[in-house]
Amino acid sequence: MKLNINGKETDLNVSDDMPILWAIRDVAGMTGTKFGCGMAQCGACTVHLDGQAIRSCVTPVSAAVGKKITTIEAMQEDKVGQAVQAAWQQIDVVQCGYCQSGQIMSATSLLKQNPTPSDADIDAAMSGNICRCGTYQRIRTAIHEAAAKLA
Amino acid sequence: MNDMINLSRRSFIKSTALVAGGLVVAFSIPQAKRFMGVANAAEAMPLPAPNAFLRIGADDSITVMLAHSEMGQGVWTTLPMLIADELDADWSKVKVEHAPAAPAYIHTAYGIQITGGSSTTWSEFDRYRQAGALTRALLLQAAAKQWNVPVAGLRTENGAVINGKKKLTYGQLVETASQLETPTSVTLKKPEQWKFIGKATKRLDSAEKINGTAKFGQDVQFDGLKVAMVARSPVFGTKLKSVDDSAARQVPGVIKVVKVPTGVAVIAEYYWAAKQGREALKLAWDLDGHDKPDSAALLKQYQALAQQPGVQAAKAGDIASASKQAKHTITAEYVLPYLSHAPMEPLNCAVKISDQGCDIWTGTQMQTTDQAAAAKILGLKPDQVKIHTQFLGGGFGRRANPRADFVSEAVEVAKAAGLPVKTVWSREDDVKGGFYRPMFVHRATVALDQQGKPLAWQQTLVGQSIIKGTPFEGVMIKDGIDATSVEGVADSPYVKGTANHQVHLHSVQSDVPVLWWRSVGHSHSGFVMESLIDELAHASKQDPLAYRRQLLKDHPRHLAALNLAADKAGWGKPLPSGVFRGIAVHESFGSYVAQVAEVSVKEGEVKVHRVVVAIDCGLAVNPDGVKAQMESSVAYALGAALSSEISFKDGQVVQSNFHDYQVLRMKDMPKVDVHIVASKEKMGGVGEPGVPPLAPAVANAVFAATGKRIRRLPIGDQLA
Repeated sequence: MKLNINGKETDLNVSDDMPILWAIRDVAGMTGTKFGCGMAQCGACTVHLDGQAIRSCVTPVSAAVGKKITTIEAMQEDKVGQAVQAAWQQIDVVQCGYCQSGQIMSATSLLKQNPTPSDADIDAAMSGNICRCGTYQRIRTAIHEAAAKLA
Repeated sequence: MNDMINLSRRSFIKSTALVAGGLVVAFSIPQAKRFMGVANAAEAMPLPAPNAFLRIGADDSITVMLAHSEMGQGVWTTLPMLIADELDADWSKVKVEHAPAAPAYIHTAYGIQITGGSSTTWSEFDRYRQAGALTRALLLQAAAKQWNVPVAGLRTENGAVINGKKKLTYGQLVETASQLETPTSVTLKKPEQWKFIGKATKRLDSAEKINGTAKFGQDVQFDGLKVAMVARSPVFGTKLKSVDDSAARQVPGVIKVVKVPTGVAVIAEYYWAAKQGREALKLAWDLDGHDKPDSAALLKQYQALAQQPGVQAAKAGDIASASKQAKHTITAEYVLPYLSHAPMEPLNCAVKISDQGCDIWTGTQMQTTDQAAAAKILGLKPDQVKIHTQFLGGGFGRRANPRADFVSEAVEVAKAAGLPVKTVWSREDDVKGGFYRPMFVHRATVALDQQGKPLAWQQTLVGQSIIKGTPFEGVMIKDGIDATSVEGVADSPYVKGTANHQVHLHSVQSDVPVLWWRSVGHSHSGFVMESLIDELAHASKQDPLAYRRQLLKDHPRHLAALNLAADKAGWGKPLPSGVFRGIAVHESFGSYVAQVAEVSVKEGEVKVHRVVVAIDCGLAVNPDGVKAQMESSVAYALGAALSSEISFKDGQVVQSNFHDYQVLRMKDMPKVDVHIVASKEKMGGVGEPGVPPLAPAVANAVFAATGKRIRRLPIGDQLA
């Protein structure tokens, strides 16, 4: 099956029903996208499909044919992604770090749709991403920071 | 070895001798002072072999070896700060690695290699500084030799030795230094000379954790490594009766199906195939006649036990006669559920067995026990088992299992499969897989005098022991009392400050596996004690802050935290309409944390708007790290207080994933303001002590808002 991952056409030998998450991680060997729950409850697996944030743990590869998958590994080449990552470092958001790929993918998607989110907008967009270390306060601050830098 | 400083092995051998012969099962914990927050445990240790803790490369790189695991708490940054200060290191050249499992890295106070008990920073404060100082002394000697000048005229700065206008970087001195003898004594810097310690320092693991390159156990991949999932019994303690794996073997990608002591493992090329293969197994378990836990029945059993005498954990004076003088007597029963740690990274462990031994890649908090367990299964010596510690996607105690459950199982799977295998858990496996914070019931009766001062305090606790049946039993259970069950009660300043008191414990037997959960016994005792104190304050018509100040007047560190939190929160000052405050203070792991929660309750929903935290942890090595841990503790504890619960029906765990085992999400995260008490007192921990005061601070605010006393967690729909 041919998938476009981070702008590259990639031929992967996977069944139609394999979730994008496992195709990316186990078959393509890109481990930046994380497995957390397997049922779209935690957001650790968030990637962009044609620019839209999706939960890759429940989205089969068949849904990505002809579309563009973007993962955390490509965020350094994305203007908004870069700003988000820079803000994350400036605010020292991460703790264990396991959820942060997903947090950054959700935050980047939010800022692309809404360049000046309020706290309520952030709560609404980010509540699908669980962080057990509880870095939520710093994530909120970092999103505002990235928004300010991008403005 | 050319780029390493090769030092005398004397001190290394000496520290090895500490555990020689006793490594496998006799986990002696010579200074098991976990509950006392010992700050100076390292004093008795020999000087460390600095090459065990840092390597200097010819390229000037400084690689710090971590004896502890990075699981979010920030030791990847804090321990290098200790070395960097004594070494006069160039911070931009510092790299960090997890150390292997080896005797050099045993905990300075606990006697095994472990990350737990909020102890890393205080327990390594001397050893890591000494390693830095010894290395600096060596580098000075090396420079003196190269320049043929006395050491006395040299100084060090930012990764180099300086002699007037001449300079040699540490990398340029490695070759010479490697020929020299390690100094036998060293003088550590004075606090006023510190450049890093005490200064807010950004994390060294930030960049790799935001670009997806950080490697967690889950991310371990190499040629030939297969993926396994294990089907485990739905009822704890029951055994497999039969398995039909014919359909599972037909699933594309499935390689093998093997039996292991914990169940049936499906080994496949990928996770997805392993999962589908496992779903295709037809399993029968021997459930007949086996005890099947049920939460409603457990509650009745615990409540009944709480009214009977148990094993005595503390006693003073005469409760019965003192109670006769009482003006008020308050009796209250508190109930806390089983809790899952639910770290974001589901458990996993990769194992490769070879002729020489065994390699294990995993995120673990307890290398020594994992190594010993793997060695026992494989008939190897512990040093034939190499543990490659990866970043932990959260630990919270779940990855510090004295029974080495997930590592042992992964070793069994690789052994049975005859292949290198990474055994992975699904979220459902994690939520249903046990090793919970035990359920607890506390029943307390407190008699108050005319002024509201406790005359007599009787408290009975009911819950499973997390220590019984582990290698720690010998040192952590004394006279039938598991110290972790009663911590925060038997040693409470309120209880000990009451002339007549009695604490009893019932340690219930059960097949439900239990374990320490962030803040251990304090996770229940903190809630009970600080809620009870609030009850007593209200019963005697006193302000909850003033009441605590009176009872804690001889406890300056409690008071300092309490007063700072109250002051910063503006205790007693007006709040927006509908918002109410609650306060709590609790000591655990050698640190004192007070919190003021600002809460509103609308249509039965609790909203926590802000939590003001004050902590006295002694010296805060990285103040921003301390703040981060307080924010983290508030979030972790608030999720549990509002909505987390593991319950049982017909022997099985009811919850399965984050939709029904609910944890805190962004929308419920309050603003957290953290204040650090300027303190020269003994260092305590920071990873856990922020957890215990949160639930009572919130519950006390709920009482202020609604008049309803929360005596059962989670709060859930109790206010609906």
